Amino acid sequence: MKAYLNRRYHFSASHRLHTDVFNKAKNRELFGKCNNPHGHGHNYTVQVTFSGLINPETGMVCNLADLDSFAQKNLLSRFDHTNLNTLESFADKVSTTENLSIEIYRIFQSFPAAHLEQVHIEETSNNSFDFAGDRAPFGMRAPGTI
Amino acid sequence: MIFLTRKAEFSSAHFYWNPQWSPEENQRVFGRCANRNGHGHNYTLEVTVAGEVDPISGFVVDLKELKDILEREVVSVYDHRHLNLEVPEFISEIPTTENIAVAIWNRLDNKIPNAKLHRVRVYEMPDLFADYYGEP
Repeated sequence: MKAYLNRRYHFSASHRLHTDVFNKAKNRELFGKCNNPHGHGHNYTVQVTFSGLINPETGMVCNLADLDSFAQKNLLSRFDHTNLNTLESFADKVSTTENLSIEIYRIFQSFPAAHLEQVHIEETSNNSFDFAGDRAPFGMRAPGTI
Repeated sequence: MIFLTRKAEFSSAHFYWNPQWSPEENQRVFGRCANRNGHGHNYTLEVTVAGEVDPISGFVVDLKELKDILEREVVSVYDHRHLNLEVPEFISEIPTTENIAVAIWNRLDNKIPNAKLHRVRVYEMPDLFADYYGEP
């Protein structure tokens, strides 16, 4: 039987929305308070969804301890309590949560034990983002499909 | 088509153990979840059903009736019970979050009048939950 395992992780980071393509005034106009030169920060929540057949020996889609240690190594130790703009992932990209979603999707795609369906990132309790590669995320697909 | 979700809660004990493995292998794979004395969670169940709105009642499904079905089929069987020892489907299956979602689907499928069961979501904790859509 195919089931979907959802796990939420939390990290805190600072960032600043800014692009070298535009001048100072244009950055301020486009990004508003998110362009504050000193940066600001968020408590991010990352929700990953993996699918797979339930292993009859373990009752699991994948071992949660393996997923947690993968997340610790590849997400939390790299992103938690950092300034996102200083990370290699954002060297040539604005550290918007859209770009963060794509980067985190890319990271979890290499978890070997289950199939990554999608990532859901909450930047604040009012802003969230879903990314499922080239498919529409769950809940945003045509009626009658999962 | 409208999708309607009803929540219910139950608190249960469980542990993870595959009787075909040695105690060492169970410990290696399941870690502290293999403690044979069990541990417990406050589970949250979300059941989503899909259907068309009845033109007279304005309902997809009568929420009171859905609540009663969840109570009868799931909560009264699982709540304040040891899943491994007291719930029939977990005598032979390990009560992981994934297997609990499948078991609840099997308990509810075809029992909800006028609506199709769409998704069973089981939260073991706010940061860990499993979904089952009836897929083989």
